[in-house]
Amino acid sequence: MVRCGIAAKVHFSRNTRESNMAAVSPAPATSRLLLSGNEAVARAVWEAGCRVAAAYPGTPSTEMLEVISTYPDIYSEWSVNEKVSLEVAIGAAFAGSRSFCCMKHVGMNVASDALMTLTLTGVAGGLVIAIADDVGLSSSQNEQDSRYWGRFAHLPVFEPSDSQEAYEMTKAGFDFSEKFQVPVILRMTTRINHVKGLVTVGERVAHAAAGFKKEPARWVMTPAGAGKRIPLMFERDKVLRAEAEASPLNIIDNGRDKRVGFVASGPAWMHVRETFPDAPVLKLGFSCPVPIEKIRAFAATVDKLVVVEEVEPLVETELKAAGIECLGKEILPRQGELAPNVLKPAIAKLLGEPVPEGITAPAQVFPRPPTMCVACPHLGVYYTLAQIKNITISGDIGCYTLGAGHPWNALDTTISMGASMGIALGLDKGRGETDKDKRIVAVIGDSTFLHMGMQGLLDMVYNGGNVTVLLLDNRAVGMTGGQSNPGTGRDIHGQEAPRVDFAKLVESLGVKKERIHVLDPYQLPVLFKTIRDEIKIPEVSVIITDQPCVLIDDYKKQKPYEVIDDKCTGCGNCVDVGCPAIHVTRREKVIKPSGKEVELQFVRIETTACTGCTLCVQPCAPEAIVHADLTKPMRLVRH
Amino acid sequence: MSANQITNILVVGIGGQGVMTATEILAEAAIALGHDAKKTEVAGMAQRGGVVSSHLRFGPKVLSPQIMAGTADLLVGFEAAEAMRWCHYLKPGGLVLMNTARLVPPVVDLGLYDYPDDPLAEIKARGYQVHAFDAMAIALELGDVRLGNTVMLGAMADHLPFPPGVLLESILKRFSARKPHMVEVNRKAFEAGRAADAAASHHKESALA
Ligand SMILES: Cc1ncc(C[n+]2csc(CCOP(=O)(O)OP(=O)(O)O)c2C)c(N)n1
Ligand code: SF4
Ligand code: SF4
Ligand code: SF4
Repeated sequence: MVRCGIAAKVHFSRNTRESNMAAVSPAPATSRLLLSGNEAVARAVWEAGCRVAAAYPGTPSTEMLEVISTYPDIYSEWSVNEKVSLEVAIGAAFAGSRSFCCMKHVGMNVASDALMTLTLTGVAGGLVIAIADDVGLSSSQNEQDSRYWGRFAHLPVFEPSDSQEAYEMTKAGFDFSEKFQVPVILRMTTRINHVKGLVTVGERVAHAAAGFKKEPARWVMTPAGAGKRIPLMFERDKVLRAEAEASPLNIIDNGRDKRVGFVASGPAWMHVRETFPDAPVLKLGFSCPVPIEKIRAFAATVDKLVVVEEVEPLVETELKAAGIECLGKEILPRQGELAPNVLKPAIAKLLGEPVPEGITAPAQVFPRPPTMCVACPHLGVYYTLAQIKNITISGDIGCYTLGAGHPWNALDTTISMGASMGIALGLDKGRGETDKDKRIVAVIGDSTFLHMGMQGLLDMVYNGGNVTVLLLDNRAVGMTGGQSNPGTGRDIHGQEAPRVDFAKLVESLGVKKERIHVLDPYQLPVLFKTIRDEIKIPEVSVIITDQPCVLIDDYKKQKPYEVIDDKCTGCGNCVDVGCPAIHVTRREKVIKPSGKEVELQFVRIETTACTGCTLCVQPCAPEAIVHADLTKPMRLVRH
Repeated sequence: MSANQITNILVVGIGGQGVMTATEILAEAAIALGHDAKKTEVAGMAQRGGVVSSHLRFGPKVLSPQIMAGTADLLVGFEAAEAMRWCHYLKPGGLVLMNTARLVPPVVDLGLYDYPDDPLAEIKARGYQVHAFDAMAIALELGDVRLGNTVMLGAMADHLPFPPGVLLESILKRFSARKPHMVEVNRKAFEAGRAADAAASHHKESALA
């Protein structure tokens, strides 16, 4: 069998990004381009004359800013977290520039403190905030509905259904934002961000910054100042509702079959049109505030009204409160996408029609959970943690979350970015009798540490925690595709930027100098000894690993290895490293002299994928793993 | 092609195999012919070796980007078990183009799951037609495993509602812009894929005779 040499094939190249940048000359107006929702938004941001764009990466939103950074005449940055990115965009909008900010759904949880007061000040330059909901959980820790923010913060929400609409609504969003001096939320979902469709693009129109106007009653939110702005916000609500009622983004398709009419938004609208081509459909593009009267009139033209919205029943609840009879989450799921395969049976049932025959059941095939890359610098850390007994490991979000999986099973909690710190401290302070002797370890990546982890560490030091922190500095935001951050020494364009010194940083947060270790995670004995020693000391220790993610240009491949079959005893030590270049070729059960039955695992290394990191070589006692003889022809091994 | 003039093609494999690029090239070919097209992926952390399934729909006007199970006109499996995992997306009796290469994930190596013994047989047992060939070996023979996705595209060429030349054009256009030295070898890989598919279909017919 042939193994997937993942690392060899996907490469995050800064150089490529730089050369892309240099090569960019935006496609001319009226071109029809095959663009993802993210690319379409980026194009629209540029065309709208936006001058400042900021974001923190997060799937499925990341490519918006990545693409924006390739356009000329626009300042873009990777911010350290979503709150800062929104604040940068707010400042630019206060200065009268058009500005843009984007994030994944959970990013707004972080940024919302700024958002909730921004709604009182409003903006001068147009501000569009794109929030990407990972409906269907393709790579997130939860599923949430960002349309709530529109209700919570009294802001307009636009919901595109595909790339063309994402492009148009972004541009419309800037105009709207400027006209009503209110930030506009563009609610996207994975099924827009990552779907490619045809987009007809237009001309860029520059928008000069109006300049910051000193106006403390507007920009300084003291209690007295805010108190005066709140009634204005309520006034604005009325204006926004009237706009939604009249908006060309809310359109009715008069279908012939009046038995069921639909109110739908986002990609769900596409699915409704596809599945019920003859049904009347009211498409909500400007979905908050809800155009209640428009919907009431529409409801009167159909027998039954069904609201199709991903995820929460927001529109539905408001319609019911307004006395409009409708169905929604009684017949449709409140989790995941409302794709045709979900809609079809639900509506058939509602109409008392035979439910379309179930498709053939899928074949049962093993799962393919994501794995760490061949030679990933995190492998050695988890190999080591898996061998240390009596520890609880507070994890965080990044590639290293995969340490919770096989073969390591060495991560015990994950909640939100940066949470490993506070949770570790809480596990320490809240320990029960049964975990009296447990050591607490926290694992966090460089980007996550800079995003929200620093504050937690400061708290831990200040409050006398007993935690060993592993700070995995792989010089990249690995999980989202190798973006730069203040720890990488590069900016968004790949240009040199000041690089934070993690050892100095944690020292200045109060960690004792002798409790800080910077080491190479490929040196297993040192790693093992340092962790084992530090967990015994009842203080905060920080162990920083300093080898790069294998998918960035800083990573240097070494000579690959192979296994000498005759020497391999089947001990399985190398398998525990978890490197995907190592394959078990044969298992054998044997009875040891002690009478114990053990399973031997004989292995092979996929030499074409191996980068020679030595991790598996170190625990191989019989020295069965040796440098590959590269003069032999490459062969495909099948078994 | 389904009744509403939309062609549904599902391309599946694992992260790093070039599944999404292949689908994008197909989409470009369809667009060059004046079709509307939408392409969408379910790529659960594809960069980390996860499953990738890429949906392409094209025709006069495409609404939903998602192919419903049981309606795909063509399934292209870049990996044997993945072809099996997704075969229920095909319309009854539909055609699978399948790379027989097996890419074994760590959960199988660790002994937690088994790799299916004979994915090809399982797919056939469900009544689908299969053209199977070893795209990886073909690519290696041409000197580079990364040619695998061009081989797969070549295999698709005779099953599309447009002439093979259009697809080849769309592949070569990519390379002539980015890697001109790769144009010739990709042309070869494309033809090798076409030939492999033809041989596989012939093999099936003679087996029936
Ligand atoms: C609030 C929030 N923003 C963004 C993300 C998306 N995200 C997941 S992991 C990650 C960063 C991972 O980088 P790092 O900590 O350096 O670890 P690595 O993946 O490089 O190992 C990001 C940005 C998220 N999950 N939550
Ligand atoms: S940190 Fe880099 S090498 Fe490790 S799994 Fe993530 S992307 Fe791969
Ligand atoms: S560690 Fe060495 S002896 Fe043990 S299974 Fe691996 S190659 Fe064989
Ligand atoms: S040396 Fe071992 S652990 Fe390192 S990349 Fe090669 S096979 Fe993987």
